[in-house]
Amino acid sequence: MTESTGGIDMDEDSSGTIKKFAFVNRKAPYGTIYALESLEVVLISAAFDQDVSLVFADDGVYELKKGQATKSVGMKNFSPTYRALEGYDIEKIFVEKESLDARGLTADDLVVPVEVLTSDEIATLLDEQDVVLSF
Amino acid sequence: MLHIVNKSPSERNTLDSCLRMAKKGSTILLIEDGVYGATKGGVAENKLKAAMADIKVYALWPDLEARGMQDSVIDGIEQVDYNGFVDLVAADKNVQSWL
Repeated sequence: MTESTGGIDMDEDSSGTIKKFAFVNRKAPYGTIYALESLEVVLISAAFDQDVSLVFADDGVYELKKGQATKSVGMKNFSPTYRALEGYDIEKIFVEKESLDARGLTADDLVVPVEVLTSDEIATLLDEQDVVLSF
Repeated sequence: MLHIVNKSPSERNTLDSCLRMAKKGSTILLIEDGVYGATKGGVAENKLKAAMADIKVYALWPDLEARGMQDSVIDGIEQVDYNGFVDLVAADKNVQSWL
């Protein structure tokens, strides 16, 4: 059925290779659509049984900030969705330490458990990926 | 004069430009991603505090609350709602939006 799936092999028990995908999130939520669009693509990727890592750096770390309450601005609060990713077997969530430090944040301020990595460690992680998607 | 800043200070230099070109006695309102500038521990904290000697700074609380930053606002920055936003626009003779 590759014709209908854009050439992606959907057959789970075939020789379909699993690739390492990293989604790099560098934008604050709400001010632009990047953060929400990234989350949509991450959820889609979960359906394809790939090796998915999420990286949050720069203003992207704000996406995971606890205590988001969007009723007054009339937008959807999508921060609870990050907590649901575990149910889709997306458990590799990395946050750049330097970005947290620059914003006065720590891992305790975030809605999900994350692994905090230095810039150098993020560099190595990205280098190991087959595909890097940037938001 | 009212200056409105809607960009994060850790992504764009909009707030820096505003602070450089805002006269003493003018007013700055931080909205949308600009509210990250109003938060403790952020990149703009020190320069904004310095500017607050001569410039009154406000932040739109619905935007702070949306981003989960409502509990970390720098002391001395006044929070306003949408009605307060309108009052600020009406109070000054002109407005510059630093897009």
